[in-house]
Amino acid sequence: MTTGSAQNDPVMIRAQHLTKLFGDFAAVNDISFEIQRGEIVAFLGPNGAGKTTTIKMLTTLLKPTSGNIEVDGLNPASQPNEVRKRFGIVFQDPSLDDELTAQENMEMHGALFKVPRQVRAGRIEKLLRMFELWERRREPVKRFSGGMRRRLEIARGLLHTPPLLFLDEPTLGLDPQTRNQLWLQLKKLNEEEHVTIFLTTHYMEEAERVARRVVIIDGGRIIAQGTPQELKQQTASQTLEQAFLALTGSTIREEEANPTDRMRRMAKMWRR
Amino acid sequence: MNVIYILWLRQLKRYTRSRARVVASLAQPVLYLLAMGYGLGPIFLAAGMGSYRDFITPGLVAMTLLFTAVFSGIELIMDRQFGFLKETLVAPVPRLWIILGRILGGATIAFFQGLIFLCVSLIAGYRWDNLAALPVAFLFMVLIGIVFSALGSAIGSALSDAQGFQFVIGFLIMPLFFLSGAMFPLDNLPAALSFFTRLDPLSYGVDGLRHALNGGTAHFGVAADLLVLSAVSALLLAVSSWLFARIQV
Repeated sequence: MTTGSAQNDPVMIRAQHLTKLFGDFAAVNDISFEIQRGEIVAFLGPNGAGKTTTIKMLTTLLKPTSGNIEVDGLNPASQPNEVRKRFGIVFQDPSLDDELTAQENMEMHGALFKVPRQVRAGRIEKLLRMFELWERRREPVKRFSGGMRRRLEIARGLLHTPPLLFLDEPTLGLDPQTRNQLWLQLKKLNEEEHVTIFLTTHYMEEAERVARRVVIIDGGRIIAQGTPQELKQQTASQTLEQAFLALTGSTIREEEANPTDRMRRMAKMWRR
Repeated sequence: MNVIYILWLRQLKRYTRSRARVVASLAQPVLYLLAMGYGLGPIFLAAGMGSYRDFITPGLVAMTLLFTAVFSGIELIMDRQFGFLKETLVAPVPRLWIILGRILGGATIAFFQGLIFLCVSLIAGYRWDNLAALPVAFLFMVLIGIVFSALGSAIGSALSDAQGFQFVIGFLIMPLFFLSGAMFPLDNLPAALSFFTRLDPLSYGVDGLRHALNGGTAHFGVAADLLVLSAVSALLLAVSSWLFARIQV
């Protein structure tokens, strides 16, 4: 496809001894894992476990303190723009421009990601139809419901036909019907277009249903990985949720460990 | 280049869709024009300085540009809070293009806003000296827009949330305005005040704008005004793109 990509390598993402420190706090602490092409992998963990920090490192938004990453054979730290062409991302927090219409958000993405003009309009239509937003494409996003926004973000993330899609808690705050439909669409996408999907979620039954493999991270470390079946056997559990609780314990985590909050607090201290 | 254009266009779309913003950012300069222009007018006239309203109009055009440009730059913080920033940060394009698109968008909005204020001042009775000098005035308006849009973007890149807003307005924007000579002539000032007016880039903008719109001799000279504004805009463009490139979310 493009320079440097190793299409023959069956591995889409390879992380080796990946570490991210914020001050003396290790948000991600020496983790290694591989994700194969065409896989759907769920990255699970309690709040503050290091999921979002890991995704940010894989998607060029944060530089690792140490360790290696390869995305489609490329290093996000040294070739960020090449890596950025290869993935789509749906962030945990919304990232649409509320003042613009759905169509305009898509067009902006098309321009930012250099989708050729000849195919742009056709692809926008296809994706907006796929995610059932075509009829409302001329409305500003601020009038959209949570589910519509999420669908638009996923459609947008797929506009530049990336072989890899990151979804950071894509179903958070959505009703069961919307969640169900979203997963059906994503599974279809994975089967028909072989898009590799890396997702995080707090809904264990969703992970069990869609993911081929599960990686469990806690306190910045990977504590288990395997198919949902393997993890259930390993912990002698009936469901993935029970396995997850057996592996990560049942104490409630401090939300504060979130690195963004930590950075915000540091910034506030700095300003005083 | 397409990226610069699309982000420029985004700023313009957001601007034209929020009429409240257009009106709100005119409120302050119009208030100054009417209250100060007519309030201090008689004193100014008695001192043999001519019409105060005419004197401050170019200064208030500069004020409109200053406020609009800085705010559209600082809007970067909003993009960070409401998430859109991340969408641009994962795009496979140099960050320099992204910040240039934003800065030029902010400067363009500021220019239009300044133009609207100029029209309002015409309704209030202001008349420019020489129509032929209007392109020079526009040039100064564009430069002021770029300087302060770049300044706002630099601030927006350096701050991580909106809590620093008040601080920026109180300690930066208002001093920039009041020290610029927008409201008073720069001749015969006390040495200390004169020193600070020289440090304020807006002083050169107001000076050039007043010369172009009202005629008369420029305090610093038009060439010096152009030179300083161009240098400062180049410097601030560099600073803001450097700060923007360092953003991690």
